[in-house]
Amino acid sequence: MKHQITLGVGPVSFRIGSDWHGPIAALDALYHDYPRPGFADYSVRLEAISPWRRWIRPSIRVRGDYWLPDASPLPRAQGLLAAEMGMNLQVALGHRRHLLIHAAVVARGDRAILMSGVSGAGKSTLALMLSQRGWRFLGDEFAMIDPETGWVHPFPRPVSLKNESLELIPDEYRVGPLLAGTPKGDVRHVAPPTAAIAAMDEPARPALLVFPRFGFPSALGGLAASETFVRLTQASTNYVAMGEAGFRTLVRLRGRIPAVALDYPDGATGVAAVEALWDAL
Amino acid sequence: MAAPRYRAAEAALLIVEPLDVFTAVFHRPSGVTHLLNEPAPQILEALGNEPLEMEALLAWLAERYDLGDADGSGTALLCARLDELEAAGLVERT
Repeated sequence: MKHQITLGVGPVSFRIGSDWHGPIAALDALYHDYPRPGFADYSVRLEAISPWRRWIRPSIRVRGDYWLPDASPLPRAQGLLAAEMGMNLQVALGHRRHLLIHAAVVARGDRAILMSGVSGAGKSTLALMLSQRGWRFLGDEFAMIDPETGWVHPFPRPVSLKNESLELIPDEYRVGPLLAGTPKGDVRHVAPPTAAIAAMDEPARPALLVFPRFGFPSALGGLAASETFVRLTQASTNYVAMGEAGFRTLVRLRGRIPAVALDYPDGATGVAAVEALWDAL
Repeated sequence: MAAPRYRAAEAALLIVEPLDVFTAVFHRPSGVTHLLNEPAPQILEALGNEPLEMEALLAWLAERYDLGDADGSGTALLCARLDELEAAGLVERT
């Protein structure tokens, strides 16, 4: 395509092509510290929905190796969001080298906490806040579990913060443009700390599994083995596609680490609870 | 007509992982994960050794587990579970 960039994020590389320069420039700035590999595992294309819509009310359609036919186009001003969605989609639908768990991951040394939850559970915010407190940020979207070793590989993409979470963005972090009025509300992307990006090839051993839920009175509960197993299958985007390797990886993960359900009313309380759980391991 | 005999899918085709009251079973030919609770895992265990008729299966299970009272509800329950396991491909008739 006319404009393009390649980006390496952990074990995955992307080529993003675009009909416009703007989204590529935004990616280049936000992904300033990420490698620019010479090849790509996945392609994302930001296309005009028709030739004249490159200029008149420009509107972006996200295409790639994998795409959803009924995804709504986005205005050109939201090109960065379109690219991020496209990259997510490639991994969610195409990735087979790791078992993917929808989870944020942070680590101390080579031991990691997986925080799995639906959108709005607060896992991105928790991961970002923990990254300010000495935790290594491995990702806020997918925990990539190696079927051979059971270790989690970093996939430290920028964090997408929305609406009231925007005020939590630390001053020293690299940010993308404020994208107002997106389908998800006001959105801003925040690049992880440089040290987390530099360590993107260093996997960690899962040590704790937390299912956080934001906006509830503080509560902590253990989970039955079967409930943890079912929650993990539901949180995995490629469990079925991974077949037997997915089953074995999930069973091993469940069997080796404690799992807790954590309700918390606000970020600071959530962070304190996660760190208390860690200290009690 | 002889009563049907049941047998479990070959052990090599199943990966059985006891969790708690549930047992996860991965069925290799279909790639489907099943979550079974009592007495389904026990039925698979019984039928994994040798094909059994319903009566023999009931006796095998009754020796080891509490299947309810003697009014025949055990047989009805067993029939229902066997039908489900058969539909899932985990048990077949010989």
